[in-house]
Amino acid sequence: MLTEEVYKKIDTLIAKYPTKKAALLPALWVAQAANDNWLPREAMADVAKYLGLAPAYVEGVATFYTMYNKAPVGRHHLEVCHNIVCMVVGADELIDHIGGKLGVGRGETTPDRKFTLNTAECLGACANAPCMMVGDTYYEDLTTEKVDEILADLARK
Amino acid sequence: MPSEQPQYLYKYRQVPGIDDIDVYLKHEGYNAVRKALTMDQEAIINEVKLSGLRGRGGAGFPTFIKWNGIPKNWDKPHYLVVNADEGEPGTAKDRDLMNALPHLLVEGCIISCWAIRSKACYIYIRGEYIQPARQIQKAIDQAYAKGFLGKNILGSGFDLDMYVHMGAGAYECGEESALMSSLMGERGMPRHKPPSAPLPVISGVWDSPTIVNNVETIATAVPIINMGGAEYAKVGTGTPGAGPASRGTKLITLSGHVKKPGNYEIVLGTPVREIIYEIGGGIKNDKKLKFFIPGGSSTPLLPPEFLDTPYDYEALGKTGSLLGSGALIVYDETVSVPALMTRLMHFYAHESCGKCTPCREGTNWLVKIHDRIMAGGGRPEDIDLLLDISNNIFGRSFCALGDAAAMPLAGFFAGKGAIYYFREEYEELIRN
Ligand SMILES: NC(=O)C1=CN([C@@H]2O[C@H](COP(=O)(O)OP(=O)(O)OC[C@H]3O[C@@H](n4cnc5c(N)ncnc54)[C@H](O)[C@@H]3O)[C@@H](O)[C@H]2O)C=CC1
Ligand SMILES: Cc1cc2nc3c(=O)[nH]c(=O)nc-3n(C[C@H](O)[C@H](O)[C@H](O)COP(=O)(O)O)c2cc1C
Ligand code: SF4
Ligand code: FES
Repeated sequence: MLTEEVYKKIDTLIAKYPTKKAALLPALWVAQAANDNWLPREAMADVAKYLGLAPAYVEGVATFYTMYNKAPVGRHHLEVCHNIVCMVVGADELIDHIGGKLGVGRGETTPDRKFTLNTAECLGACANAPCMMVGDTYYEDLTTEKVDEILADLARK
Repeated sequence: MPSEQPQYLYKYRQVPGIDDIDVYLKHEGYNAVRKALTMDQEAIINEVKLSGLRGRGGAGFPTFIKWNGIPKNWDKPHYLVVNADEGEPGTAKDRDLMNALPHLLVEGCIISCWAIRSKACYIYIRGEYIQPARQIQKAIDQAYAKGFLGKNILGSGFDLDMYVHMGAGAYECGEESALMSSLMGERGMPRHKPPSAPLPVISGVWDSPTIVNNVETIATAVPIINMGGAEYAKVGTGTPGAGPASRGTKLITLSGHVKKPGNYEIVLGTPVREIIYEIGGGIKNDKKLKFFIPGGSSTPLLPPEFLDTPYDYEALGKTGSLLGSGALIVYDETVSVPALMTRLMHFYAHESCGKCTPCREGTNWLVKIHDRIMAGGGRPEDIDLLLDISNNIFGRSFCALGDAAAMPLAGFFAGKGAIYYFREEYEELIRN
């Protein structure tokens, strides 16, 4: 199911390492990006074949890491930090607020598949807590007002 | 910020566009590389020794000893792997450094690689840090374009390639042996350590001598080479060369209930009180300080009577806590210790890689008992049970993640952790 373009990208990754196997994590990233941000089993199998690894091995590795999505996620994946700094400056209230607005609980996706809401562990933005990550963007120093604006903005995309 | 805090890493942090090589070059950029390439390996390592630099990733191991461990032989490949997995809750300094000063890290890598005779450097960046990774990749590309990377760097005959490698979400991958496994395309599980297996400096990635250092450790090579190790070591605590000392500056992440949270460069030994009340502007909303966590989530919390502790490795060690990764988290009187510990135990249980029983099973028990106490079903014997489980994890787990889960609750010596200082809060929850 992977395209020529994906394989070409994987080729450039392989060139960075002394072994093909080392290109596995980056190759899975490329495969995930090419598949609406999740990794179907067939995609993992294709990566395995291309790198000369057993499909079961690749699945074993992919399932170890939380950022490889093993099931489809919404177009905007909201990951709100709830670790020990964000927690004491309002993260839980924020998560409830977002859940209420979108009508989803933690780990759920809206029926229109636009949003998935998840909690995240420390995102390394503790000096600007609370914070969340949506795709490749960080939003920091969050307040409910700020979150409302962000959600409205994302809803249009 | 109090003016007496010299800024070695953050010297040009406020310069607009400092993440771009042209601006960076106008501010002493790559001077340290030029200088280092005229020095031999021993001379560089000697400057690092004089500087007193200790690993900024948390363990505080003397950097020069690690670098000296690399076999002195050019034929076998050597690797530098930069640990940019920053996952310790409370820690945000490496992300900040990579975003704001990417060339400082790239420059530090070049110096370090030269010192340890490595022709390849991998920067292992946690999966969430997409923006920092872009900054680093841009800096790498610019450095290649200016001849600071690639073949025959500045005519020295030294070749070096540098690569960014993204993690994919696993706290455990910050542990250096797990990180090496992950870099090689495996699950991020730790490997055996001495005496049953060689140190990474002898056999690390791809069975080759490997140095794993934290982002900040490597970046600090730049001011050390620019100013000289002895000059760098002029500030700090302890006597250089006479037992453990904390010399130079440290990046800290100050967070939680302070008025001015942020990433700051402080001189090692600055009293915690000064950091919280002067640099951080005091407690938010002028509430009362209840406790602080000095060095990231793995380090035991300390009540206000420790406010005058100098922020250095030795003094914080003596309190029964640790300097760790430099994450100083401040908590006001509204915070419930059992609730905070419950969240933390969920974190460690979630991040336990599952390789060894004490950590895999123990962290789940710490979660279960905390959950039942929080839900109102706690039993009086639960508190001692928590201590007992923690003590069974501590020192018995395969890697330091298990210890990191046990320490916040039970402390690591004299048993001074959250339960020691705030036992009555647990008791009260159980009574009611
Ligand atoms: N920055 C972060 O996000 C996090 C940091 N940590 C920190 O990690 C620390 C524990 O790290 P570990 O790697 O388990 O500590 P460690 O004490 O086992 O090792 C520290 C470093 O020294 C090296 N080393 C040790 N003995 C050596 C020798 N004789 N010769 C050459 N090199 C030698 C090791 O290879 C390693 O690089 C904790 O104290 C914690 O603060 C923990 C979690 C996250
Ligand atoms: C569970 C765990 C997570 C760790 N995470 C990190 C990390 O994110 N960054 C880091 O530099 N060191 C981390 N460490 C420490 C590393 O194992 C290692 O000591 C460090 O990278 C060595 O670099 P340094 O000497 O420059 O500090 C972690 C250790 C453990 C046990
Ligand atoms: S202590 Fe054991 S189970 Fe826990 S992370 Fe380390 S190796 Fe894995
Ligand atoms: S605890 Fe939320 S970003 Fe660190």
